[in-house]
Amino acid sequence: MPRIRVEVDGTTYEDDVEPRLLLVHYLRERLGKVGTPVGCDTSNCGACTVLMDGVSVKSCSVLAVQADGRDVTTVEGLGAGGGTHPMQRAFHEEHALQCGYCTPGMIMASLDLLRENADPSEDEVREGLEGNLCRCTGYQNIVKAVRRAAGEMREPGRQEVTP
Amino acid sequence: MIPATFDYVRPTSVDDACRALADAGEDAKVLAGGQSLMPLLRMRLAIPDALIDLDRLDGLREIRDDGDSLVIGAMATHHQVMRDPLVREHAPLLARATETVADPAVRHRGTFGGSVAHADPAGDLPAVALALDAVLVVRSVRGEREIPASEFFVDWMTTSMEPDELLVGVRVPKMGSGWGVHYEKFHRTAQAWAIVGVACAVRRNGDGVEEARVALTNMGPTPVRAHSVEVAVRGAGSEDAFRTAAAQAAAGTEPPTDLHGSSEYRTHLATVLTARALAAAVG
Repeated sequence: MPRIRVEVDGTTYEDDVEPRLLLVHYLRERLGKVGTPVGCDTSNCGACTVLMDGVSVKSCSVLAVQADGRDVTTVEGLGAGGGTHPMQRAFHEEHALQCGYCTPGMIMASLDLLRENADPSEDEVREGLEGNLCRCTGYQNIVKAVRRAAGEMREPGRQEVTP
Repeated sequence: MIPATFDYVRPTSVDDACRALADAGEDAKVLAGGQSLMPLLRMRLAIPDALIDLDRLDGLREIRDDGDSLVIGAMATHHQVMRDPLVREHAPLLARATETVADPAVRHRGTFGGSVAHADPAGDLPAVALALDAVLVVRSVRGEREIPASEFFVDWMTTSMEPDELLVGVRVPKMGSGWGVHYEKFHRTAQAWAIVGVACAVRRNGDGVEEARVALTNMGPTPVRAHSVEVAVRGAGSEDAFRTAAAQAAAGTEPPTDLHGSSEYRTHLATVLTARALAAAVG
């Protein structure tokens, strides 16, 4: 069984894994990081989105062995030190969720979008989140939240632009 | 859903990958970005004995200028391809179509080479490879050979590569100046597969079209070059003329019927989308 060494949310883990183990199952079942849900199981919904080496990936479509030597950030790695990340706060304040199932993936995909575009228009937010499905909100408040967070994260003096 | 068990091989050189593929026999699958293969493994529509993972072959991610053509390494990701300055300058149709593939997270992992080798008729990039007269560079322990796109796609998700051959790169001839390009795609939701897609490049001369390349996505078991449109559109310069030429788009095709649409519906779509693609490419 291959042995992997992967950094997840700032902690390094070494584990023997079956090659067929999906990254999302490794995160949830081995590491207990249940903040990352399994949604559709067909790569469509984006609920399981995490950052791998800083860019968004759907963790149901990556094998745990492929994360060997990589750096993974889940929604649980945001707002380290007990605080909340500006993106998390914006989702809360704008009521950008109802059932909440898509929210971890939405937040991670939104951070990926802001990494490349610090001030996205409404259309750019919608396009940036095209791989993430929400069946409750109609997306209006999600778009508002991402633009609100973008504004806060652009404020001068803020250090924390990416997680 | 969890994939069935397989032997996992992660070669660190192309030679090692070819050797692993030769050793593994016909029941091996090559894993590139995995954005098509992983769902198939999870749903157990694919149950390979061995999986040969190219993830660490960074040499295959290079996109280089090779005189009259670009050579795009088989592991160059969609994200990389659509932003690459060489691709944007010399193969703008590829950049344009790649921007419409799936969504950002999928484009971070998925690769041009994987998409072409997977040969899904609903995939966007096989039709683009066909329209651009791309050449597929494949290697095995027996040596290297080049296969024109017109001879590469032979049936539904089937290419003319032998089981021991690995796609290592795609040679894309540079487009000269004066070409306009467009990829027109019809799908239900933003990240869904094309119900029908049209890859189109036209070279303008004054008010009319001098030369056109048109290829169709999901109008049969393989991508299809719409040669009759390419001929009919010569000299056309108005939307009416594009529509007339595009009326032949579905000629000789055998579009599938599935839950997204009937064969007749796809035939209709092909004509409408081809007219739109021609108009957009002419600009």
